[in-house]
Amino acid sequence: MQTLQEITSTRSNALIDPGLHIWHGEVAAYLFLGGVVAGVMVLAGLGLLLRPKGERSVHLGLLPWTAPILLSVGMLFLWMDLENRFNAFRFYLVFRPTSPMSWGAWILLAIYPASIAMAWITTPEGMKQRVSDWARSRSSFLANRLACLDGVVSTHVNKVAVINVVAGAGLGIYTGMLLGTMASRPLWNSAILGPLFLTSGLSTGAAYMLLYRLKDTERILLAKADMGLILLELGLIAVWLVGLMSGGAAQRAGAYTLLGGPWTAAFWTLVVGFGLVAPFLGEWMERRGGHVPGRVAAGMVLVGGLALRWIIVYAGQHVGWHDVAAALF
Amino acid sequence: MSRVRYAMAIDTHTCVGCTACVMACKTENNVVEGFNRVWVTQDLQGIFPDLSLTIQSERCNHCEDAPCVSVCPTGATHVGPGGIVLVDEDKCTGCKACIAACPYGARFIDPRTGTADKCTFCAHRSEHDVYTTACQDVCPTRSIHFGDMNDPDSDIARVLATRESYTLLPEAGTSPRLFYLK
Repeated sequence: MQTLQEITSTRSNALIDPGLHIWHGEVAAYLFLGGVVAGVMVLAGLGLLLRPKGERSVHLGLLPWTAPILLSVGMLFLWMDLENRFNAFRFYLVFRPTSPMSWGAWILLAIYPASIAMAWITTPEGMKQRVSDWARSRSSFLANRLACLDGVVSTHVNKVAVINVVAGAGLGIYTGMLLGTMASRPLWNSAILGPLFLTSGLSTGAAYMLLYRLKDTERILLAKADMGLILLELGLIAVWLVGLMSGGAAQRAGAYTLLGGPWTAAFWTLVVGFGLVAPFLGEWMERRGGHVPGRVAAGMVLVGGLALRWIIVYAGQHVGWHDVAAALF
Repeated sequence: MSRVRYAMAIDTHTCVGCTACVMACKTENNVVEGFNRVWVTQDLQGIFPDLSLTIQSERCNHCEDAPCVSVCPTGATHVGPGGIVLVDEDKCTGCKACIAACPYGARFIDPRTGTADKCTFCAHRSEHDVYTTACQDVCPTRSIHFGDMNDPDSDIARVLATRESYTLLPEAGTSPRLFYLK
């Protein structure tokens, strides 16, 4: 005969009961855009450091300008998620080393000057000249400041590139650590989430760059990098889930949301199938001479990257320590 | 003398689940309609007719190692006098990281202010080291014990020393200061 267990509670707090429901699409969109920006910064920074042969295409030179713009859109999403938006400035009155969100707030601040400096470096010379001419026609003060900044940035290209790689990697890891440090949410609470989100960020960053009109050599290099990153991401997803499944009851309950639970179908079709395996095969077929439009594969990677964060944000809230204890005892 | 460390112990033998503590807390702290800082759970187990019922009056555990405090990016959630975990409304951005971090589901967003809210152990009453909480005052079976657990002469120190007790989710590693007497 089965033992009866019935738990009743008088608590009925909105967003907490019957299940946690505090973070929504805004957070997923912010994590996605943060990942894309991290990818663009790291890849463009590496491009500056490695100096591939030949002149870079105009689009590759201009697209780093979109990094601070995408980041601003992401921060707008993050701001929209706050329940007390007028207190947002409080993030910048203190640094709390134990809080990943505090780290993120300060990293975001460092991203702006770093990404703008790199975008200025990669801007084609003709355009730089036109901007300088325009500044000179407005005021000599503006022209002097711009020339001064140009001088500083142009003489420290390698340093700017290294700062972009480090800050971009920090941003990418932070987007995963934000969730990964939540000990009471077993699906999130894994050290793999930082590297997983960084890898996904690099992959979506490469895919985002592939949407632009690039030279063949640039396109092939980015597509090759993306294929390697997709394989790495698949490996990290496997390690993450194996790690959870070999853990305690709480970790297994967390993994269950993606392995038979409510988010299983969405995760394996949208993220793994549509967002990773299919674009990998597309890029592989294109390399072997097949007629697969590169932008289609890139678009799929981007959709998969957004779906990854969206599903993890929602699925992670589905199981907490409290739910596991209630089910066990 | 050691510093003050407030704790609460609830006698599960004498608690009848009347929810007077829930109502007293809402009235005392002007808790917004539809939300609770204190709630009562009833856990019924066994095979009829051999059933056991555990009634628990639950609230913030004021953990010694509080995850809500460490994840707060602005310092709004902090450890106040006597180890009570408090929220400074003026600093709270409503980012909800503390709600995600709390394993007990003890926190919520007050829709009037957009800030995190939860039990304060009635800290506004603590003009003196010895005080009572609103839920403790109304408990008809005197099941709620509260006070300075570092003071060996206090009621809470005595019941914790003489009775067996347990905490919720000890596996979460938060060292709660809300005990349940067996």
